[in-house]
Amino acid sequence: MAGARELPPDEVLVQRLRDGDEETFALVLDTWSGSMLRLAMSFVSTRDSAQEAVQDTWLAVIKGIGDFEGRSSLKTWVYRILVNTAKARGTKESRTVPFTSLLPEEEGPTVDADRFRAPGEPYAGHWAVGQKPQPWHIPEDHVLRGEVREVIAEAIDELPPRLRTVITLRDVAGYGSEEVCDLLEISPGNQRVLLHRARALLRRKLEKYLSGAHDVAGGRGRA
Amino acid sequence: MNCNEFVELVTEFLDGALPEDDERRFIEHLAECSGCETYLDQFRQTIATTGELTPDGISADARQQLLSAFRDWQRE
Ligand SMILES: [Zn+2]
Repeated sequence: MAGARELPPDEVLVQRLRDGDEETFALVLDTWSGSMLRLAMSFVSTRDSAQEAVQDTWLAVIKGIGDFEGRSSLKTWVYRILVNTAKARGTKESRTVPFTSLLPEEEGPTVDADRFRAPGEPYAGHWAVGQKPQPWHIPEDHVLRGEVREVIAEAIDELPPRLRTVITLRDVAGYGSEEVCDLLEISPGNQRVLLHRARALLRRKLEKYLSGAHDVAGGRGRA
Repeated sequence: MNCNEFVELVTEFLDGALPEDDERRFIEHLAECSGCETYLDQFRQTIATTGELTPDGISADARQQLLSAFRDWQRE
């Protein structure tokens, strides 16, 4: 998953950063800043503000690396600083994302009820005629794959902040559920509800995109 | 298990968080319902594609500033 690749183990990273190894600093900066930026966007109102939150975080990392105690992974430590920094900015911009409980719109079915046979019908609750998901073909070609990724990236940007935050941590940055619960101070159950909802929304976007692309000869068209 | 129930349990199933009983019913349904088998597969593909995202980094300017901040801090 993005973020975890090509980095040496934490002990090595931390030692090199403390020794002032600029190459190592550039490496973590380039590897993590992208997902940090997306994460920061969940808490603040503009892209510029998110950029500044990421910059402030890295400055805090530069100053604080000597005090890093290794009780969590380096990346978790960095992300925690980011979440605190971005949250503080968001509060100033009067945009807060409280995570303690679920919102009404975050509960309820994630797949349209009319795709299933209605209660009372034979096979109630099973896929209705013509509504069964059709197998996908995500193209191998890297340009087309890039288009599919673009659909996902746009869909993530359109998600409500809480859903965006959770899916960014889990599926983009590759965190496990425990770490995400820790980072956001949220229960495992609620974390899973938000994640499931976010994934279901992305799946729906992809389904729409891929079925539209299928109607056009050669499969290159966009719905 | 019905399909409309199945589609809500996919993330829990993938996280290995389903209670044993529900997991058994989930797998039984999976074995006999091609629509839900496709749904689960599409969910997996969605997650895999999301994991391929390489988000934009910070601006080149900001990057330069941070690199020199790192250099200066180490020199102090
Ligand atoms: Zn089914």
